[in-house]
Amino acid sequence: MPDAPDVPDVAVVAFGQSEHRANTADLSEVEMLLPVLAETLGQVGLTAGETDFTCSGSSDYLAGRAFSFTMALDGVGAWPPISESHVEMDGAWALYEAWVKLRTGEAETALVYSYGKSSPGHLRDVLTRQLDPYYLAPLWPDSVSLAALQAQALIDAGHTDERALAAIAARDRTSAEENPHAQLRGSAPPERLLDADYLVRPLRGHDAPPIGDGAAAVVLAAGDTARRLCTRPAWIRGIDHRVEPHALGVRDLTDSPSTRLAAERAGAFDAPVDTAELHAPFTSQEVVLRKALRLGDDVTVNPSGGALAANPMMAAGLIRIGEVAARIHRGASDRALAHATSGPCLQQNLVAVLEGDPR
Amino acid sequence: MSSAPAPEALSAPLTVEFPFTRSLGPVQSAFLTGLRERVPLGVRTSDGRVLVPPVEYDPVTAEEIGELVEVAPTGTVTTWAWNPAPRRDQPLSTPFAWVLVRLDGADTALLHALDAPGPEAVHTGMRVRIRWAAERGGAITDIACFEPDDGPDDGPEGRQDDGRDSSAQAAEARPHDGRFADLVTGIVAPARLDYRYSPGRAQTRYLAALAEHKTVGERCPSCRKVYVPPRGACPTCGVATAEQVEVGPRGTVTTYCVVNIKAKNLDIEVPYVYAHIALDGADLALHARIGGIPYDQVRMGLRVEPVWAEGGRYPDHYRPADEPDADYDAYKELL
Repeated sequence: MPDAPDVPDVAVVAFGQSEHRANTADLSEVEMLLPVLAETLGQVGLTAGETDFTCSGSSDYLAGRAFSFTMALDGVGAWPPISESHVEMDGAWALYEAWVKLRTGEAETALVYSYGKSSPGHLRDVLTRQLDPYYLAPLWPDSVSLAALQAQALIDAGHTDERALAAIAARDRTSAEENPHAQLRGSAPPERLLDADYLVRPLRGHDAPPIGDGAAAVVLAAGDTARRLCTRPAWIRGIDHRVEPHALGVRDLTDSPSTRLAAERAGAFDAPVDTAELHAPFTSQEVVLRKALRLGDDVTVNPSGGALAANPMMAAGLIRIGEVAARIHRGASDRALAHATSGPCLQQNLVAVLEGDPR
Repeated sequence: MSSAPAPEALSAPLTVEFPFTRSLGPVQSAFLTGLRERVPLGVRTSDGRVLVPPVEYDPVTAEEIGELVEVAPTGTVTTWAWNPAPRRDQPLSTPFAWVLVRLDGADTALLHALDAPGPEAVHTGMRVRIRWAAERGGAITDIACFEPDDGPDDGPEGRQDDGRDSSAQAAEARPHDGRFADLVTGIVAPARLDYRYSPGRAQTRYLAALAEHKTVGERCPSCRKVYVPPRGACPTCGVATAEQVEVGPRGTVTTYCVVNIKAKNLDIEVPYVYAHIALDGADLALHARIGGIPYDQVRMGLRVEPVWAEGGRYPDHYRPADEPDADYDAYKELL
């Protein structure tokens, strides 16, 4: 669908992230976030409070405290009040809100940030609280177990096997050797990985993401402002998010119609992409996403190492967008796809397509 | 004051515990009451599919649905995962399989636990039946778990997306009026999450100094304001505070209220005064109780000083200091 002439193009012009760690008990959320905000804003010569709009993503359930995000707001200079919003979701959805704000012309620049500290609680238990309170939450089905149900369905359907899943883990964590922010870097070869015990069969430890703490930030800018701030802006050509039915037993766990629809609406199938950053916290979920997104072997998948190398809750989706944007900024990609997910077994999915200007 | 050596980061256990109370719609109410009565129910959509567990709205068309049907307590595993280390509050305390089970007569699957001796005894397509909980009150946990059924196995090929397996075809869903005596209309699901809270560097420094009867704020390098208690960032400038500044011990009451309601578990006689106090050298008022003066004599501008209880890690309260009241102009920016 062509844009109306007065709707501005919107680009990612800066991206920063923390060094993701298993435990940051020495830092409060805002203390973890501050250096990331300063570094990201600094890339485009801005300081806190200089963007027209600010939007953040985080979760009180991770912190174990109500309205925990208000403390983090100190980090963006929110007093006297600024134009600001928050989603109790991954920062990719905060970016979506900011993108809408810029498209409507209500702002020319926006700061998007998100963070999550999983270390204070027990993440596998915490995540059960996002499930259907009537039929699922009383059973406390943990996140790894639900992913394992999906993995077994994929194996039964002949879409993958344990060896292929180990190869995904090894590839991502080998790629992460080049990523100084990653929590897990390097991997034993797939054959060796298969010697390990099951975590929840058919998933082993290597099939699951590391649990840890981290933060990320992105600056968005519209039109000429983006060109002024960034040599090669990463233009968001399309972005859309869709959700599956909430009951797991209604879904075909081997497919992701919501990802396919979001990709279609974001224009992902209009032209080939050279790079894809997929938010697949479990190896088996990459199998589903590759199929839904029709990614061929010529696409570079997860050059950062993906969520298997670092999966800070609420930030890992935003990081996927930031990683492809940074590659476009430095000329390593011309057209890339970023995917973010939320909920059990790829419940909700966001797809963005980003492009650099022709070189 | 120069930068003190960083004390080891504080942390403390934090438990969040609450009964999650939810009301039920008519379909969920019938389903959970049915479980109490050992009658598994589903709901039929307008295109004839039977959803178990049933929902109030069609997941495809969003149409309101309510045609209840009874399905069998037996079914087929559509996928499974072996859980070798059950976690607190999961359905079984010994290793078990998570399963999605399509009950005979249903088109969708229900999540629950399967009690089996080991992973080698579980496979997709295996036949299972509900093991009912001995005590049932209208909740998903009225199903204790599933257990292997002796009926004919459907094998791995029993799982087909485009049609029902042979056993399910044999067991058609039967109409059910959803009428039970004493319908369940709500659930209370207890939830408990355990955390270890750590307040970070700035608050650790503040609390460590406070235990030594010193109040230490932090100064913004940009606007020079001193925040007490410090939280690590200046909310106006959005930059980290780092320089520590000892403030007080005396301060000025900037505003106050008279508390007339006795708080639970708090051994303080009402009425008493709770006040905002701007400590000398601080650019933000903190709050504390005022003692040592009748409640109706506390006033704005009153000069106060902290009173430490024996072995206390923080001031028990503030009391009047022996000096004249502060001028309004001296604290008007701190209200």
